[in-house]
Amino acid sequence: MIVNLGPQHPSTHGVLRLLLELDGETVISCRPIVGYLHTGIEKNTEYRTWQQGVTFVTRADYLSPFFNELAYCLAVERLLGVEAPPRAQVLRVLFCELNRVASHLVWLATSGLELGAISMMLYGFREREVILDIFEAATGLRMNHSYIRIGGVVMDLPDDGEQRIRDFLAVMPGRISEYEALLARNPIWLERNRGIGLLSADDGLALGVTGPILRASGVTADLRKDEPYSGYETYDFDVPVRTECDSYARFAVRLEEMRESLRIVEQCLERLQEPGAVMVEDPKVAWPARLSVGPDGIGNDPEYIRHIMEESMEALIHHFKIVAQGVSVPAGEVYQAVESPRGELGMYVVSDGGHRPYRVKIRDPSFVNLQATPTMVEGGLLADAIAAIASIDPVLGGVDR
Amino acid sequence: MRAGAIAERVRTRLPDVVVARDEATVFVERDMLIDALDWLAAEPELGFGFLSSIQATDWPGQVPRFWLAYELRSTALHHRIRVKVGLPEDDPRVPSLTSRFPTANWHEREVFDFYGIVFDGHPELTRILLPDDWEGYPLRKDEELGGVDTRYHGAFIPPVDKRTSA
Repeated sequence: MIVNLGPQHPSTHGVLRLLLELDGETVISCRPIVGYLHTGIEKNTEYRTWQQGVTFVTRADYLSPFFNELAYCLAVERLLGVEAPPRAQVLRVLFCELNRVASHLVWLATSGLELGAISMMLYGFREREVILDIFEAATGLRMNHSYIRIGGVVMDLPDDGEQRIRDFLAVMPGRISEYEALLARNPIWLERNRGIGLLSADDGLALGVTGPILRASGVTADLRKDEPYSGYETYDFDVPVRTECDSYARFAVRLEEMRESLRIVEQCLERLQEPGAVMVEDPKVAWPARLSVGPDGIGNDPEYIRHIMEESMEALIHHFKIVAQGVSVPAGEVYQAVESPRGELGMYVVSDGGHRPYRVKIRDPSFVNLQATPTMVEGGLLADAIAAIASIDPVLGGVDR
Repeated sequence: MRAGAIAERVRTRLPDVVVARDEATVFVERDMLIDALDWLAAEPELGFGFLSSIQATDWPGQVPRFWLAYELRSTALHHRIRVKVGLPEDDPRVPSLTSRFPTANWHEREVFDFYGIVFDGHPELTRILLPDDWEGYPLRKDEELGGVDTRYHGAFIPPVDKRTSA
């Protein structure tokens, strides 16, 4: 029997369609069909300025917006030959790691829901909400922040930002232990996940799988350690690895990764005691708008408006040039990969020397990891296919771009 | 290995290597592609056995018009290389890597979908992100966007590819 699972099905994590050939309850063959969420992000970037590209790429994998922004900005910065100031790099790491926790929480919540652990869904989204509140306080948006910009980040932490993160750090490790207590030895959870969705290390590498799935198959591959960027080599953290190759191992790896991320966030907060600039000085690169929070929300800083309108003609020219025309980036090509919650997120950015990207290609980890679905589910039960897909953690916004 | 050292090592077999922005790029002819990738993967000091990504770019009016870039990575040795192949406008085809790198399957389908580059030997070269009945190859530079003017504050703003800026 041929069964269409999706594209509109709550247990496929978005608009993923699986064409399944079944013999009773057994999956004979599985064919993932994607593309239902294609929005042409890569083509769009070719018609906007370099800075506007950030607002597009952040919307690709909507559960890891900071990583999209970071990979894009690091690539453009390498083309420009500039480096973000130290404080901006710490802020980038800080928000990326909080984002990793938030993303893993959504994965844990939805996987729990699919396998009948509904309380896990409620807890997961509850804690994620706290992280999104931190994001909102710092960037103005809960998702799609456009916070990381070419040359730095758009603004520093708000006054209460550090306290909010500290409050979160105070409760979160205990909460992770709660999840572990709920699920790690839960007989139903074990039954549904152990030995399910098997993917050997060799198969994973051949299929281009990266991230927690590969690390749950015994391969120590984490770009934060292997090809460090944004100063990750100076942080103290471990890369959790398991060797069982199944859904349960992926669960265990992600749980442990959340703990490691919190460790990194803590180190970031220590480093933020040092004040500093969050954007490069060069007026030909730095986005000129200074934002501040007024009584009616975030907007242009009145001080800055006075500066360009009344005091400095040159500042006004720079502002006009960079806002209307954008930076011009020397011709060349760069591939920049970062370790997103789902694996290797790469940006291949090509410039022809103009004010717009010539080509931006997003190597999204979900897109590549999904190719492993047939290997994981063929020969197993239909119900186990749901658990296996959940363990891949695909985000269709990133798959389809 | 750093990009410079990789380039030195690769040059012994594949002469056309450049290093820019700490990335090594090797240029090969398309009929040499499979041989080159096999050698890069088999060479113990290089170990480029992991295919990260396949990317295409379109340069209308230039020869060759299309460039394919294969991003290779060594998960054990933690370094990268890019292999580039130029393809002529009138014959944009290249051997498929699916028999060596199963991950190439979807990457190649995506390139075919957006650029119309044909991968010989691919098991099912169909569109992947666009609908099957889509016409044209949208990431080619000469593809019409088909935008219309939109009214904004009483004035009409032309579509993004018809604006005079930049």
